[in-house]
Amino acid sequence: MGHLGWTDLWCVLIRPPNKASRLCTETASMRIMVAIKRVIDYAVKIRVKPDKSGVETSNVKMSMNPFCEIALEEALRIKESGRASEVVAVSVGPAQCVDTLRTGLAMGADRAIHVEFPGTLYPLSIAKILKALVDAEKPGLLLLGKQAIDDDCNQTGQMIAGLLKWPQGTFASKVVLDEENKVATVDREVDGGLETLCLDLPAVITTDLRLNQPRYASLPNIMKAKSKVIKKLTPQDLNIEIRSDLEVVQVTDPPKRKAGVILSSVDELIDKLKNEARVL
Amino acid sequence: MASTPVRNKSFSTVNSDDIIYFKKILGEKGVVEEEEKLDDANTDWLRKYKGSSKLMLQPRSTQEVSQILHYCNSRCLAVVPQGGNTGLVGGSIPVFDEVIINLRSMNNILSFDKVSGILVCEAGCILENLISFLDNEGFIMPLDLGAKGSCQIGGNVSTNAGGLRLIRYGSLHGSVLGLEAVLANGTVLDMLGTLRKDNTGYDLKHLFIGSEGSLGIVTKVSILTPPKLSSVNLAFLACKDYTSCQKLLSAAKTKLGEILSAFEFLDINAMDLVLKHLDGLRDPLPSSKHNFYILIETTGSTESHDKEKLEAFLLQSIESGLLTDGVLAQDINQASAFWRIREGIPEALMKAGAVYKYDLSLPPEKMYDLVEEMRGCLGAEANVVAYGHLGDGNLHLNISTRQYDDSILTKIEPFVYEWTSKHRGSISAEHGLGLMKANKIHYSKSLETVQLMADIKKLLDPNGILNPYKVLPTSVLPQRGEEEPKKEA
Repeated sequence: MGHLGWTDLWCVLIRPPNKASRLCTETASMRIMVAIKRVIDYAVKIRVKPDKSGVETSNVKMSMNPFCEIALEEALRIKESGRASEVVAVSVGPAQCVDTLRTGLAMGADRAIHVEFPGTLYPLSIAKILKALVDAEKPGLLLLGKQAIDDDCNQTGQMIAGLLKWPQGTFASKVVLDEENKVATVDREVDGGLETLCLDLPAVITTDLRLNQPRYASLPNIMKAKSKVIKKLTPQDLNIEIRSDLEVVQVTDPPKRKAGVILSSVDELIDKLKNEARVL
Repeated sequence: MASTPVRNKSFSTVNSDDIIYFKKILGEKGVVEEEEKLDDANTDWLRKYKGSSKLMLQPRSTQEVSQILHYCNSRCLAVVPQGGNTGLVGGSIPVFDEVIINLRSMNNILSFDKVSGILVCEAGCILENLISFLDNEGFIMPLDLGAKGSCQIGGNVSTNAGGLRLIRYGSLHGSVLGLEAVLANGTVLDMLGTLRKDNTGYDLKHLFIGSEGSLGIVTKVSILTPPKLSSVNLAFLACKDYTSCQKLLSAAKTKLGEILSAFEFLDINAMDLVLKHLDGLRDPLPSSKHNFYILIETTGSTESHDKEKLEAFLLQSIESGLLTDGVLAQDINQASAFWRIREGIPEALMKAGAVYKYDLSLPPEKMYDLVEEMRGCLGAEANVVAYGHLGDGNLHLNISTRQYDDSILTKIEPFVYEWTSKHRGSISAEHGLGLMKANKIHYSKSLETVQLMADIKKLLDPNGILNPYKVLPTSVLPQRGEEEPKKEA
């Protein structure tokens, strides 16, 4: 009713301005999406099915693909450093994928999406599904493992980057985010050594072994994970038709290594190299 | 060190005629006289004891074992049966110049029945190799211990080895269905049954299970193996005090019931030691220091059912304050990492310097009292480390110092043995008596019982050539050519 006193001014000052804050915390509201795959546990001895149609998966321990675990760990660390606000774990596959997503939630992901499909899936189908999810969720960063330990394809990350027309940093052994300039600096492990790339965000990064050591799922986090949401979708919901361009004809064990022969003299060695191996 | 034995004068010494005979039976390869190989065979795993044998024999069949023993008995040559040489009480190495009979060449798997799970194999089979073989068939061995890469099944049976899974699969007295053993005079006792039930007469195989090679040499074993179940879960947990650990054990037995397959504990000193001395290990609960760590393993056939049960139990335990923190392994690699911490403690103790090792069975509620009393007694002089099979009431009490020191030993012994005896515990839960505790049996067994053991020893091995100076006290065993000790009226 009169002119503004000191207390009125005080109240105005401490109330955070709306639009301005949204602008300068934009990168902090970045969402990271991590694609994870349920595979036969790394430590299990693989057995080929007697009909050679594939490998034995019934009654066998399944776990999160180790490279996917590393990708999720990196996403969590980025979020913990304040550079992202949400980590969403996604998985495509049969009903049991939910178990792997629960592990992801127990590690610290905020929510999860399960695209249920019981049949065989190849990297291109996964990439198309991920594109649909990325279009819907709009993450600033998509993290994947460099490859799955069951098929060793090493294709999904590259394919999705192509479909999205996003830059890609594959085989990452170090990731540094610069939120001000919206770039990611990625060290890649390549045959000749280390290559450093600078990617504009949003980007696709696939993780390699030496990027980090994933955390264990702690009981308090397992408890929290029970109330986190796993959204269920099907490929039809995303308007994707799963088409198999490949057909697995046969799966066999690699040939057994033949036992070496112990020779009794240098003469015998030379004779064998000359007449049997024919290298002399 | 404690009282050292005197070489029994009635034993002969190996001469060149003996070597000729052994070479005839075993071939050149079966007779080892090289110093380097003998050096290893003469020293125990802890590097605490060393014998001075000049001869090691490596038989390839039961027939060869029988011939060697018959000969040694007639010549009165003392022998030490040896397997993987991973024993912790000096029982697998010579004390003086006893002939070492190592069974490593008898390593064949003889048969495996996929329906019953009954495995028949020679005594020299390494435990880890049996585990791998069974893995391919969808089965597991009923015992598992840190020494599996080196220990042989014959040695496991002869020492009634316990290990990490006793809580689930019981002791070898239950899972061994039969065995073949050779007596001191070369007689082959074929008790290699593969029957689950056989009540015909006295079950003599039990004499050889746990008698540490002093009654006969085990040459073949028939063992019942459990099916390999696909769902294995492992939790690494923290408790604030020992009472919580005990309550957790009771709760685990009730709530987890049939799927509980291991319950181990280690205290903060054990954890610190392992993290300090072993490479590539990290603390699963790094956020704070905890006084006690517990490993709980479940094994069952349905992943979802077991995981649900275990999670529910663990969350309830946190809510009721029994646990302060914990992590759950999400894949086999994480589980192996947790096990490496528990299984690596003996190795870490070795690297830390000298260790006084005690393996005791005690009433669970009293177990840690002993540790605390020992700590109070030794103070800054030594690091008292405790860990063990809490689920079986078995404490591994280890006192770690930089060097062996008799003044420290006098503070430990006989205090530890007397304390255990007072609480009607066992001074050797699973390691056996060997050389280390050869004169200590009276702390846990009555005079009459020990006397009957001595009578049985005399019946089966009148010349006393099998693993002498070990297991039973010299006071009850007559030295050949001397008077027998007067028996109680």
